Amino acid sequence: MLQQIFDKLRPSFEEGGKLHAFRSVFEGFETFALVPSETSRSGVSIHDAIDSKRIMSFVVIALLPALLFGMYNIGYQNAAAAGALATTGCWEMFLYGFCVMLPKIVVSYFVGLGIEFAVAQWKKEEINEGYLVTGLLIPMILPVGTPLWMMAVAVAFSVVFAKEVFGGTGMNIFNPALVARAFLFFAYPTKMSGDNVWLSKDTWFGLGHVVPDTQTMATPLGEAAAGRMADISFADMLVGLMPGSVGETSVYAILIGAVILLVTGIASWKTMLSVFVGGGLVAWLFNMGGMDNAVAQIPWYEHLALGGFCFGAVFMATDPVTSARTECGKYVYGFLIGALAITIRVLNPGYPEGMMLAILFMNMFAPLIDWCVVQGNINKRAKRMEK
Amino acid sequence: MDAKLKQAFTEPLSLNNPILIQVLGICSALAVNAQLEPAIVMGLSVTVITAFSNLIISLIRKTIPNRIRIIIQLVVVAALVTIVSMVLKAFAYDVSVQLSVYVGLIITNCILMGRLEAFAMSNGPLASLLDGIGSGLGYAWILVVVGAVRELFGAGTLLGFQIIPDACYEAGYVNNGMMTMPAMALIIVGCVIWVHRIFTSKN
Repeated sequence: MLQQIFDKLRPSFEEGGKLHAFRSVFEGFETFALVPSETSRSGVSIHDAIDSKRIMSFVVIALLPALLFGMYNIGYQNAAAAGALATTGCWEMFLYGFCVMLPKIVVSYFVGLGIEFAVAQWKKEEINEGYLVTGLLIPMILPVGTPLWMMAVAVAFSVVFAKEVFGGTGMNIFNPALVARAFLFFAYPTKMSGDNVWLSKDTWFGLGHVVPDTQTMATPLGEAAAGRMADISFADMLVGLMPGSVGETSVYAILIGAVILLVTGIASWKTMLSVFVGGGLVAWLFNMGGMDNAVAQIPWYEHLALGGFCFGAVFMATDPVTSARTECGKYVYGFLIGALAITIRVLNPGYPEGMMLAILFMNMFAPLIDWCVVQGNINKRAKRMEK
Repeated sequence: MDAKLKQAFTEPLSLNNPILIQVLGICSALAVNAQLEPAIVMGLSVTVITAFSNLIISLIRKTIPNRIRIIIQLVVVAALVTIVSMVLKAFAYDVSVQLSVYVGLIITNCILMGRLEAFAMSNGPLASLLDGIGSGLGYAWILVVVGAVRELFGAGTLLGFQIIPDACYEAGYVNNGMMTMPAMALIIVGCVIWVHRIFTSKN
């Protein structure tokens, strides 16, 4: 049925049709809804049954548990701050969070896809599907208190400067979602960290509670950076009903996403595992080191559950475009991400969350790691030839 | 003014711009233009120094022994940089504090040595003077553009006067802290180069 609709619409989008200006938009929607039947016209190519648009859809599905939990958590934090935890129903909290998140997701997609469509039309290319995932990731890795216009600016910045200037999806060096977050982090630090951005304070369509402006709430990592130990148990950290960026708080929800990514073979277990090994090992070393620093004293397993560590390890570090591509390289890449993230957290109290900077940093080194692995292989084989 | 002189002056402004085309002198272009005022002062200082060093070297170019020409050029540039630095300290102390080491570092600016070697050593005094002024202004206008963008979005002001009205701030607008960082200067210079290429690559 879908096929018929697209077939009927096609003529008006072809060369000379009245809607030709929107050709790339049409093609984008068509190939998103249906697997394209076009095959390459020259040479021999083997196509997987799953093309990149299908892969992106799987990642979006994997993100859903964390997103839904994040919505619930927004409502929960709002109710908790208003002191109305007992009187607010479960669904009311979720609906409130849904109403808060929906505009963010819509704006993110609208701005990002708008730029992508415009560029695709201008360059007469197909629409890149990469933004499908990025557009959902960006609202999920931001604090709930970040204003919409800031997010729109960051989305525009990252799509243009982290993606399109490098040549679009698949060519980018840095993860666009993290570039958007880094941009906000450095451009508008007051709206991205501190104690005042983790709460949604207004009511939406009569849902939720108005919280006074003076009410603040710190993330466990933020409190530790300020020298206080957070009074939250490890089990609570896993469930994730605590302040934090929308998608990152619940380890369980992220675990479901990780299973989906691993079963479908989209993300590499090597990268994922080595991020946790690297982070755990370095955090354990800091525990042993006995530094006079509240963040260093957080037990290593809690380090892995706090902040954006899990989210970054599962959804960001494994991004097939920006991570290392050689199999050995993935271990090195992941290990260094985990190690750097914990190191930044502990040694620089100005950046309570090190995951973003660690992943961006290692994105830059991924090609170098790959080069070393490939060269090592070449040398090994050259030696074998000599024998 | 005959065509060759005119070309010596206008070419470095756009088609052979030291920053946009030759990509020289980038380091100081990124460092000093977080605000408009130091950018203007820096641009003028470099213009004065390129103009006079080009003129002086061009005048004595036939007497300079080829093997020690770099040292002679450096002496001339260093003398001019010292004069400019002293003038700035005397008449614009605040700006000279803001520019700090970058005035002294004009001596290492690749644009200067590039123009001396490529132009002043083989052309007459008048053409060299015009080329020096052109190169300096070509450098200056980029600094001013980048400085204006960075100050406007980074601090909401231009030359210290508030441009973005208070009403915007009350409505939730926040100055972009990234603009005050050198990283953003690099991106803005990249954008200027981008736009410039769009207009010039057609010719």
